[in-house]
Amino acid sequence: MSTLVNKDSKVICQGFTGRQGTFHSEQSIEYGTNLVGGVTPGRGGEVHLELPVFDTVHQAVAETAADVSMIYVPAPFAADAILEAADGGIKLVVCVTEGIPVLDMVRVKATLSDYDCRLIGPNCPGIITPGECKIGIMPGFIHQPGKVGVVSRSGTLTYEAVYQTTCNGLGQTTCIGIGGDPVRGMNFIDCLELFEADPATEGIIMVGEIGGTDEEAAADYIKQHVSKPVVAYIAGVTAPAGKRMGHAGAIISGGTGTAEEKFKALNDAGVTTVRSPAEMGSAMLQRLGG
Amino acid sequence: MNLHEYQSKRLFKQFNIPVPRGLPAHTPDDAASAARELGGDVWVVKAQVHAGGRGKAGGVRLVTSVEEVKKAALEMLGSTLVTKQTGPEGLPIHTVIVEMGSEIARELYLSLLVDRTSERISFMASAVGGMDIEEVAASQPDQMQTLSVHPAAGLQPYQARQMGFAMGLDKDQVGQFTKIAMQLYRLFVERDASMIEINPLIVTADGNVVALDAKINIEDNALFRQSEMMEWRDPTQEDDMENEASAHDLNYVSLGGNIACMVNGAGLAMATMDLIKLHGGDPANFLDVGGGSSAEGVYEAFKLILSNDRVEAILVNIFGGIVRCDLIAEGIIAAVKEVGVEVPVVVRLEGTNVNQGRELLANSGLDIIAADDLTEAAKKVAAVVA
Repeated sequence: MSTLVNKDSKVICQGFTGRQGTFHSEQSIEYGTNLVGGVTPGRGGEVHLELPVFDTVHQAVAETAADVSMIYVPAPFAADAILEAADGGIKLVVCVTEGIPVLDMVRVKATLSDYDCRLIGPNCPGIITPGECKIGIMPGFIHQPGKVGVVSRSGTLTYEAVYQTTCNGLGQTTCIGIGGDPVRGMNFIDCLELFEADPATEGIIMVGEIGGTDEEAAADYIKQHVSKPVVAYIAGVTAPAGKRMGHAGAIISGGTGTAEEKFKALNDAGVTTVRSPAEMGSAMLQRLGG
Repeated sequence: MNLHEYQSKRLFKQFNIPVPRGLPAHTPDDAASAARELGGDVWVVKAQVHAGGRGKAGGVRLVTSVEEVKKAALEMLGSTLVTKQTGPEGLPIHTVIVEMGSEIARELYLSLLVDRTSERISFMASAVGGMDIEEVAASQPDQMQTLSVHPAAGLQPYQARQMGFAMGLDKDQVGQFTKIAMQLYRLFVERDASMIEINPLIVTADGNVVALDAKINIEDNALFRQSEMMEWRDPTQEDDMENEASAHDLNYVSLGGNIACMVNGAGLAMATMDLIKLHGGDPANFLDVGGGSSAEGVYEAFKLILSNDRVEAILVNIFGGIVRCDLIAEGIIAAVKEVGVEVPVVVRLEGTNVNQGRELLANSGLDIIAADDLTEAAKKVAAVVA
């Protein structure tokens, strides 16, 4: 079992024929993802990577019955691509693109509420169900089918959590990189809800960072709704206030968004927090009685 | 990207938001002629730096003669202003504004930003202005109003009226305030602002609502479609090393310590700093070389971190995903040889082609300290500077 994506997910790629789209589509196909085609406006009718190219998402969905789209469209056009996917009937949109203007995302989020469509990202590594479906830029080989759900705001820190749980034999059900932007699609709470409902997920690793109050909201949610063991790490204890640390959303402003506040909220909710990112896997092993 | 007050007020004027009459000046003579041109008998000379807290730091002076305008400008221009927001090194003053004095009846506060929780543009307004708004929020939370705007509908006049009446403005002032709020919202959206703050927004003695101060940040991710704003960038107000880094697609933030770090990914870069601290060290910087790190990127990164002379050791932490560890290892070896690294370098590699990468480092003949995992890397680098 897993959540959101599996071997039956029918995936298209927007920005299919571009450099990024081509490279990561090849990687996904190689991993076993069921990629059924792609979209590049003006290139409809062509064949790329032995798959059909369509001009619009509507056409792609009509022809392939795709239900998932991965977006590798440059930042100036990415908001448009997300909304086209939603309007085309896609149920899960994964947007890897970094650098989308925040006001574009404000518009996207307000519009998405009219559709039965989930968004992962932007500015994220994507989502993977090990052994079944890889949608994103994560290195497939570090994953292993297993029992831990991973949700994270950071790409490479997700890989750390994944690699540690692969090395200690726990493996992962599904790993979701929700991205480092301040306004984004799915949040910790959405993912926690799915992991709690997934019978194969026995424990959840949550990786947060400074900025905003989403980890605090997640802590509140865990206290009330999550029965499975949760291990959390928050990056940015040493980050100075007012400085943006790489990710657009990673900034302590007006005294809120600090790592300490987030650690405290999570501890109060019964979450096992680790002060070292090297201990995420071992802490989970311990919680699961390994 | 931050704008100066004089640039922000120029934008306000373009959007018909009332500001006091004023002129920027780059020399004391310019300042004097600005005062003569403006006329009147009271002027304010304000230092233009990218930081708040100018008033308390001596960066805002009220003067009553053209001679005094010139003298204030002379003292400010070319000097450095240290406020509680600048850090001890301060920021250089290259421009001042000379503005006509205003007779202030009331000081209010008004700002707009993208609120992460509501995921909308939000206004914050307070009847208590002219002081640090975080203090007002802490000591008089009932004085703060927030209002979020639906992106499809945009700001509605009733919302602005509500804010205005709640601040105790009279009917005529609420009318002026509503126009200002509507125009600010338009400016925010059209110019891709990430923050606009007016502190204080004043009611003058004759009942006019005027933006006495103005602070605007433009969102970096939107600069590709705000080319006019790009021309207003003032690199003298920014950190040289951070600018150098962004020219090479690197993300760099200076910190105070002596252990430099070089990491791929923003989250892992922060985590690496935390780990150094956890094991008794003191990080010198945040540096994300990006997910698609190349040998050239590694080389530039080494040059950058070594230009900080406080650095006594370097920790390289790479989790190779798309990027291969052997390529990173080659980059490290080339950089150490060519840049001439004289401080200890601890390297932790993991991920794609990790064995080839480690082998290259081991056989390089260079004095590179290898670490097998995160904890060991942090302990080793903390130990070499201890």
